[in-house]
Amino acid sequence: MSSPVQPLAVNLVQSVDWLAIAPPTIAAVVGLVVLVADLFVGEKKKALLGWGSVAGLAASTLMLLPLLDGDRSTFCLTGAPDVCSYTADRFTLVLQLLVLGGALLAALLSVTALKDADKGLPEGEYWFLLLSSAAGAALLPASRDFATLIVALEVASLPAFALVGLRHGDRKSSEAALKFFLSSVTATAVSLMGISFVYASTGTLYLTQIADRIQNVDGQLHTLTQTGVVLTLIGFAFKTAAVPFHFWVPDTYVGAPLPIAAYLSVVGKAVGFSGLILITVVALPSYADVWGPALAALAALTMTVGNVGALRQQATRAYSAVRLLAWSSVGQAGYLLVPIAAAAYSDDAEKSIGSTVAYALMYAAVNLGAFAVAALVGRTKSLNRVSDYRGLYASNPLAALLLAFFLLCLAGLPPGIIGLFAKVTVFSAAVDAGLGWLAVVMAVNVVIALFYYLQWTTLLFRAPEGEAAAHRVPAPLTAAIALTGVLGIALSGAPQLVLRFTDTGLF
Amino acid sequence: MIDINESVMQVLLAFIVVGPLLGAATALLPAPPGLKGKSPEQAVLRHGVTVTGAILIAAVVLTLGFDHDHPSKMQATTDISWIPALDVRIHLGIDGISLPLLVLTALLTFLCALYSYFKMPAGPTPKAFVALLLVLESGTLATFAVLDLLLFFLAFEMVLIPMYFLIARWGGEQRTQAAWKFILFTLLGSVVMLLGLLLIGIKAGTFDMVALATDNGRSLTTSVQVIAVLAIGIGLAVKTPMWPLHSWLPDAHTAAPTVGSVLLAGVLLKMGTYGFVRILLPITPDGFRTFAPYLAAFAVVGIIYGSLACLALAKQGAKGDLKRLIAYSSVGHMGFVLLGISTMTPTGVNGALFANIAHGLITGLLFFLVGALKDRTGTSDLDTLAEATGAALYGKAPRLGGLLAFAAVASLGLPGLAGFWGEMLALFGAFDPAEGLSRPAFLTFMAIAAFGTLLTAAYMLIVVRRVCMGAVRQEAPKLADVQTYEFAAWTPLVVLTVVAGLWPKALLGLTDPAVQQLLAGGTR
Repeated sequence: MSSPVQPLAVNLVQSVDWLAIAPPTIAAVVGLVVLVADLFVGEKKKALLGWGSVAGLAASTLMLLPLLDGDRSTFCLTGAPDVCSYTADRFTLVLQLLVLGGALLAALLSVTALKDADKGLPEGEYWFLLLSSAAGAALLPASRDFATLIVALEVASLPAFALVGLRHGDRKSSEAALKFFLSSVTATAVSLMGISFVYASTGTLYLTQIADRIQNVDGQLHTLTQTGVVLTLIGFAFKTAAVPFHFWVPDTYVGAPLPIAAYLSVVGKAVGFSGLILITVVALPSYADVWGPALAALAALTMTVGNVGALRQQATRAYSAVRLLAWSSVGQAGYLLVPIAAAAYSDDAEKSIGSTVAYALMYAAVNLGAFAVAALVGRTKSLNRVSDYRGLYASNPLAALLLAFFLLCLAGLPPGIIGLFAKVTVFSAAVDAGLGWLAVVMAVNVVIALFYYLQWTTLLFRAPEGEAAAHRVPAPLTAAIALTGVLGIALSGAPQLVLRFTDTGLF
Repeated sequence: MIDINESVMQVLLAFIVVGPLLGAATALLPAPPGLKGKSPEQAVLRHGVTVTGAILIAAVVLTLGFDHDHPSKMQATTDISWIPALDVRIHLGIDGISLPLLVLTALLTFLCALYSYFKMPAGPTPKAFVALLLVLESGTLATFAVLDLLLFFLAFEMVLIPMYFLIARWGGEQRTQAAWKFILFTLLGSVVMLLGLLLIGIKAGTFDMVALATDNGRSLTTSVQVIAVLAIGIGLAVKTPMWPLHSWLPDAHTAAPTVGSVLLAGVLLKMGTYGFVRILLPITPDGFRTFAPYLAAFAVVGIIYGSLACLALAKQGAKGDLKRLIAYSSVGHMGFVLLGISTMTPTGVNGALFANIAHGLITGLLFFLVGALKDRTGTSDLDTLAEATGAALYGKAPRLGGLLAFAAVASLGLPGLAGFWGEMLALFGAFDPAEGLSRPAFLTFMAIAAFGTLLTAAYMLIVVRRVCMGAVRQEAPKLADVQTYEFAAWTPLVVLTVVAGLWPKALLGLTDPAVQQLLAGGTR
């Protein structure tokens, strides 16, 4: 926005490309508007807030379209125009699509959940928190300096703690929130300390500059830098719920309102691993020999612990469906980490990262779909046990077929073709990087995971125990299930839609 | 034989692969007006017969249009890019190796659909049954028709879910455990296979089977080939199944419904051996040569082991289940197939492919017969059936008894029937294995395998004696003899068994040129 009249100001004030920052900004602004509007909207019209938020999220998702034409950067250093804090490149756009789309679907689920809760949840606050968290999550993949990264991370997480504990008078809910909060804050503190160490040794916060300068830091500062790198990574590993930072997941998911669990399982993960990618591949490529093996080990541990945890869930326990999805999401996080670890060993790091991104897109669509069906079942069976899904085909054939499809996508078996090929890209990243052992560990995990996914799938088609009663499905839920279903099926027909990210440069 | 336009052939092959999938989708929808039939169940079962029948007709037309003068050439090829990012192409084509398997699959599935139309296995709605059967057919046909490694993997995986449900929902006792064992074993194998396929694809830069076969392993170092063969071989060996990875098979067969057993033995096992011939032999010859003696050793152990297990089951008082016995005999028969492949000679591989088809026909028939016997008597337990003297099927139901004796004799490899040529050629192959393979070792294997044929004859004859012969008691309940629909379903198998036995050239003429070229490097 340069103007010839004020040449001085141009030099001092960073120019802002409003279009580039529109997606997170719209989400944030709509969030504030909803919070204020809540004060003036009558009790009867509270539903409007929900639809307003959904519209806001849809608008910010649509604002990604004009950015497709090329890379944009803003908040650049006035002295060095190629060093920027905010970049809207392909990587950013894909992840923003994932985050905002995921938030949109979670919002659709929330509309019904809030209506069913019948004033059990404060609407204005709920939507404000959800939108702020989404804004932070959308900001994160675009940030290219550590300060913005941490701010985005906190903007994404802090509202999430509140959302988890939002159920009034629910002890489990507040306990979950506290667990989530304490462990998350510790992780952030650790990674802040790491960042300060890295800043101390390189003298910059910009990721690209760090990548340059960290290669020739003073010999005395070597230990400090290494410690900094490790501590920074730990913070983000927590966000992806990588083992051993996973223990908060099952309780948090069960304690949170179901749409929030869905939101955390997809958007929360996206936040974690996009931060991890930025730090490892963009900022610290020269430390690949440190984070490569660490992430590989973390990936192997995470998928094994997650899948074994899911395997041990008893179908008749209360909330076992959500618990199972929570543990399986830990396992899936392990698969997501594999290509990032592979990026350390491969010549073409961007290609490996593309595998993670493609897998994440697949995972987001089908996991949200599974949560949407879980939300549907949870309306009549409030305990949401896996055994409650028995005979779903008899009462609601379409939802049962779609849930079966989603679960098989997660398992990676046909007819879930997109799930299969997403796994193939992850495997191929590992094999390409020479991480044969990790590929074998993952192979065993795929088999373990199949067991519980298929067990659940079989249950859907068993004869129902009691009388099968068909219920009317509310429109927002229908929309969410239909949207994810169409996405999953379309991607199965044309996997290239997401897999192309494994082929082209993202940054 | 008849001249059909190449583009028509392409469409035919594409229809054969995709048709059953569309059929499966439409099976789930309510029947359109005019096709409602007597009841929804009847309508959907008829739908299954129609679709599989159409696929069979398409397969027969494809065979007629196939250029029998050049069976080594890939025909009816389609090559469209599908997922450029992974370099996956929808590459379809058939040659003399895949054509017989394709027709066998189409035939057996049609016969199964026909059989279930009259005799639906006990279980939940036939709608799902027909849909699963069709998906299964599509997956198997695709396995034999695709020429892209990742697509092969996709097709290989596609049969898992339908087969799992067929066993778990329409099966007999212990079906749940059997179904789990089936799917977990096979999946573990196929995921390991995927790693090998990816290794080949990444190192050679393409997933195209034709290009890789033409390259004949020249762009892959020996160490890569060895690892790839090990990984892919394990996956295929689980499916085949090779001793000692066979333990899922007897359980799955015992629990599966008749139709499931027929397809499992007749078609699904062939996917494994087909993979050995189509992928490992031409693409990674050096790696395969390293493992060939071990494969042969495991194969002959499988032959002996399968036969001994059958003998033990056939013994009086062993409480042997007939279905389990046939399953173990499959382990033995597939041992011959693997032995033939491991010789890496045209003779051996041709024998293996012949034995493949013969086993599909004969064991398919055997499972049909035992299934029918179980339906009539309520048991497939040999001791219960035979009581003190024998089940006396010749007396109670002479046609059923005759057919059972025919199938048993065909299975033991009587000259003049289909079972003979494959095993004999496999043994011939082992007599003179390819260069670079230890002749003494293979001679030993041949001798042991030949001994296995004796054991096979022994247990098959014991089964015939105990089931077909015996004294007919006066008060014994009458058994219904072979029904018309059963004749309809079984006659094609009987006829083909005799034809293949008397005129082996019909089959060998197709496979031999293709095998020669495959071993020399390159298809096309």
